[in-house]
Amino acid sequence: MFEIFQYDFMIRAFIAGTVIAILAPTIGIFLVAKRYSLLADTLAHVSLVGIVLGVLFGFNPVFGALIVSGVAAFGMEKLRATKKIFSESILALFLSGSLALALVMLGIMRGINVNIFSYLFGSISTVSPENLLIIVVFGTLIIMLAFFLFKKFFAAAYDEDLAKASGLPVSLLNTSLMIMAAITVSLGTQVVGTLLVGALMVIPVMTAAQFKKSFSKTAFLSILFSLISVLSGLFASFYLNIPSGGAIVLIALLFFGLSLFLNRNA
Amino acid sequence: MPVTESPVIELKDVGFAYGSNPVLEHISFAVGKGDYVGIIGPNGGGKTALLKIIVGLLAPNSGSVLINGIPSESFRKKSEIGYVPQRIASDSASFPATVYEVVESGRTSQLGIFSRHGKADKIAVKKALDAARIADLQNKLMSELSGGQRQRVYVARALAGESRVLVLDEPFVGVDIATQKEFYAFLKELNKTGLTILFVSHDIDVITEEAKSILCLNRGLLCFGHGESLQEKDVLESLYGTHIKHIHHTH
Repeated sequence: MFEIFQYDFMIRAFIAGTVIAILAPTIGIFLVAKRYSLLADTLAHVSLVGIVLGVLFGFNPVFGALIVSGVAAFGMEKLRATKKIFSESILALFLSGSLALALVMLGIMRGINVNIFSYLFGSISTVSPENLLIIVVFGTLIIMLAFFLFKKFFAAAYDEDLAKASGLPVSLLNTSLMIMAAITVSLGTQVVGTLLVGALMVIPVMTAAQFKKSFSKTAFLSILFSLISVLSGLFASFYLNIPSGGAIVLIALLFFGLSLFLNRNA
Repeated sequence: MPVTESPVIELKDVGFAYGSNPVLEHISFAVGKGDYVGIIGPNGGGKTALLKIIVGLLAPNSGSVLINGIPSESFRKKSEIGYVPQRIASDSASFPATVYEVVESGRTSQLGIFSRHGKADKIAVKKALDAARIADLQNKLMSELSGGQRQRVYVARALAGESRVLVLDEPFVGVDIATQKEFYAFLKELNKTGLTILFVSHDIDVITEEAKSILCLNRGLLCFGHGESLQEKDVLESLYGTHIKHIHHTH
């Protein structure tokens, strides 16, 4: 039954998946709380530019995604802080702009033999030992940062004015959160895929929120739902030979549906 | 004017504009420890802007603000000025935050960069919950509370942060009269313990009954003194631009 663990690439996928499953909702809960859920999707599209750049210029596409989405996250937060453009408009601007840029670049590199499909939808076989190291190192770092800054992020997400008035460096916290989200998205593309990594940051949080618990317990529950979704999704991907991203997100959606049903009278 | 020898808050010739629209002009006043100041004025008269300048959310275009004698931009113990805004968007949505978590967040700015809340924070939060008489609500979600209960949570949040000044911006929008009266009695108790209070209200009756001093604002400072200053006909006319007679109720 457990021949799945005889393959090195599956062991790498499970280690990477576990890190991403903890990381995605840990950052996602603050995006949901700030009503900024679509940021994850926008950053995912932006990271596609970095992936294509990596392929085009011959460096690790994950590094490309990290750098491009990190810079874009910083730019988006600076634009949002000016309060001159609606947050949703900023997301739309970056989402469509980066997708257009990625498409043009893909057109330029026609003929280069590269499997962009695996980056778009996630493929368990793409987690190379080098990428696993990147995911574990950066992922653990971001999880630890989020743990120590959890209460500060909570205060800033609850109400920016209250947080600012009490002396919290809200602008710095917001920018840090955006960059942490960008790193999360870039790392997650390996397991879930560019187009679905945003879902893993948001759906487990929405599922946990249905149980109407405290913010800390909601965070814990969302990690639990995410872990079950990712690990069972990887099993499904291996045995059913389907893309891991799709399998993981469908299972996460199933949990969301169940949580709605169980809490229908709450 | 109730200027004291060592003001907790002092504004000197403060001016503020949103773009090219002046909102506040030449505002100067001082508030001493234990004062209880009610702020009235018409919509757009600059009340919220004034409070936001005091709590550091807006920077004045001219003049200076001193907190405990220190220029506000250099004043570091910002949690000493507790802010209770009109409304908080997160309350109405399904933001999963409990009363305890919101009150505890009043102490978060005092934590070191990577520190987490400890025993002293727990004690301070418990004290604040008890003082605001909301200890029984601590595990409830904010979205489950009434308007009056939420205002108590925000006051408790300020108390947890060891605020010495409480700044409330129209705290009773959509709150029933009985809850308002109960809350004002609570504020009076807090004021008796030495807490300085500034609050904005549209209700002139409430302001004259509850506050020790009244500050009238309509872009400029029209009066700052005891309740009797409102009896002067010109003040209310300048404030609201029409003839208003203030009947003071004693019940």
